[in-house]
Amino acid sequence: MLNMQNISKVYRTDLVQTYALRDFSLEVHEGEFVSVTGPSGSGKTTFLNIAGMLEDFDGGTYMLDGENVSKLSDNARSKIRNQKIGFIFQGFNLIPDLNLWDNVDVPLRYRGFKSEERGRRIKEALEMVGLGSRMKHLPSQLSGGQQQRVAIARAIAGSPRVIMADEPTGNLDSLMARQVMELLENINEAGTTIIMVTHDPELARRAHRNVHVMDGQVSDPAILQQPVRGRQAAVAEN
Amino acid sequence: MFNYYIKLAVLSIRRNPVLSALMVAAIAVGIGAFMTMLTLYHTMSGNPIWWKNDVLYVVGVDTWDPAQPYFEDRPELPPEQMTYRDAKALHESGIPTHKTYTFRVAGVIEPANKDVAPFIEMGRMATSDFFAMFDVPFEYGAAWDARADQTDEFVTVLSKETNDKVFAGENSVGQTIRIDSRDYTVVGVLDEWNPYPKFYDPTTGAFRDSEPFYLPAQLYETLQPQRGGSTNCWKMVNIADFDAFNNSECAWLQYWVQLDTPDQQARYRDFLSAYLQEQAELGRSARPNQILMATPAEWMEIQEVVGDDNRVLVGLSALFLIVCLLNTVGLLLAKFLGRAGEISVRRALGASRLQVFRQQLVECGCIGLLGGVFGLGLSALGLLAVKGMYRYDGRLMMDGEMLMVAFATAVLASIAAGLWPAWQICRVPPAGYLKTQ
Ligand SMILES: Nc1ncnc2c1ncn2[C@@H]1O[C@H](COP(=O)(O)OP(=O)(O)O)[C@@H](O)[C@H]1O
Ligand SMILES: [Mg+2]
Repeated sequence: MLNMQNISKVYRTDLVQTYALRDFSLEVHEGEFVSVTGPSGSGKTTFLNIAGMLEDFDGGTYMLDGENVSKLSDNARSKIRNQKIGFIFQGFNLIPDLNLWDNVDVPLRYRGFKSEERGRRIKEALEMVGLGSRMKHLPSQLSGGQQQRVAIARAIAGSPRVIMADEPTGNLDSLMARQVMELLENINEAGTTIIMVTHDPELARRAHRNVHVMDGQVSDPAILQQPVRGRQAAVAEN
Repeated sequence: MFNYYIKLAVLSIRRNPVLSALMVAAIAVGIGAFMTMLTLYHTMSGNPIWWKNDVLYVVGVDTWDPAQPYFEDRPELPPEQMTYRDAKALHESGIPTHKTYTFRVAGVIEPANKDVAPFIEMGRMATSDFFAMFDVPFEYGAAWDARADQTDEFVTVLSKETNDKVFAGENSVGQTIRIDSRDYTVVGVLDEWNPYPKFYDPTTGAFRDSEPFYLPAQLYETLQPQRGGSTNCWKMVNIADFDAFNNSECAWLQYWVQLDTPDQQARYRDFLSAYLQEQAELGRSARPNQILMATPAEWMEIQEVVGDDNRVLVGLSALFLIVCLLNTVGLLLAKFLGRAGEISVRRALGASRLQVFRQQLVECGCIGLLGGVFGLGLSALGLLAVKGMYRYDGRLMMDGEMLMVAFATAVLASIAAGLWPAWQICRVPPAGYLKTQ
């Protein structure tokens, strides 16, 4: 599904250059739920942004869904983000002037779906996250947990291959965090690959596999090929 | 996708009402000033008979004062109008396809309907060719026929407005109308006809409306009417003596010919110099080389219908519009950059740069459209002010063409103003604003 080999990423400013990732290698299989942990500043977000094609990288190769995406145009990357990847951010990143319906609609518009299909998908997604009755509400009228569920609805509405979540529960209290986690587990159960950055060890444990990042590298290379467990293992083997 | 962008634009305009209002105002003020000046210019510089510009000629012959030219600054030109005797003499020529001598006369119209009070109007005398050569449109009937140019026939052609007033817009052909205590048979009613500038007689005001009634010039000597144009004389004459005045050197008629071929034009020119030559030999003051044969466009130029200051004003108002647009560029940049976070999210969710760029430009177009609407309102006010300032009594309004120009200018200008800000915003990296949150 996702295969990164020796990825490096350098942030250069006038004074310093920071290696956010160095020799970063990781393989994620179809249907896996991978949690990514590590100390602050270790490169988790950078990894997720590169994996989600939000950012360029400086060295190494990256295969996504069987395609080498190392040197794609901005346009092609936008398309892949739109069609194959669902994002969930720590800060929710809903568009404040748009109601829930229109927020979930955003990626579907760029996808070019017809109006009926968009409508069907938006309804389904919002119902799935339990907000089917609040489609005309603005994000500001919702609690943080509800807002994050809208963001999840937005991420899944286009049926992506993989969901990338950067500390999706970071701004939520533990009850809401658990609800969001359950939602993600359900989505994963339905077949969508999930990569989730978190610093909550309990949530990290609930994933099929945990990847620990230190200083821009996966800290235990043995983890690299660690087999996934459960139902998804069979999928991965295929 | 366009509908989606429109929807987003409307949302965005409403979210930031003050900033949006500032931008709309900047564009409206710029467009208002520009369109006021452009409409003024357009009205003044239009050639209302452009399709016949190369066959119509206003004619002048120089029988003016030998001691000094008629136009101090253009001594090569004859007087702008013609004497009655010259007009009558030139009218004998068979060279032109059409020819007319024409002038304004005053007349009191007494409607048959006693409820409508009599009113005085400036009418026009002309020969029947006037209507043919200037493509004057008729709603009912037609011009009087050539007979009425030879013998006295009390017939008249009414303007649409007069017919509306006196006959309630009905077909009045065959009816009689009383003008200056004489009954005239209506032979024709014009359709809307108001050439701007009034090329066939700019001497009495290039932006006056055309006349409410027309009489055969043949009736001039019988009626001895009150003349209503300007009269220029260089020799003493007793104006009260009708015959003496008609034989004087006073210039007061407009003379027009239609010459369809270069051959006709050359022959007519020769005819005019021969005529002046002959007049000189008869002992009259005449300059045989001083001939005026000007097309309507040339005539508007000679009459300085459009002053240079008008062009300067159009230029200045265009500059002003550009200043307003530069302001708008700044406002747009502020607005767009304030939205970098949202754009970053849209980019992450799969919007391409081009899609973001388009979204911004559609918003600029919407702002421009609003600016255009308010700008039109402002230019309507501006035109009223111009009318007041110059005591300009003609029609000064935006026609369909000017409306199109106004909207196109407003929309294109604001899209142009949005290009740079939109370019800036569409380069916002998809992740840049997400990481810090
Ligand atoms: N845009 C950037 N410019 C410069 N340095 C950056 C930028 N983004 C991240 N970094 C640096 O890269 C390293 C990894 O950052 P990040 O991936 O955000 O860590 P994490 O998400 O694990 O906390 C940090 O040292 C951070 O300061
Ligand atoms: Mg981070």
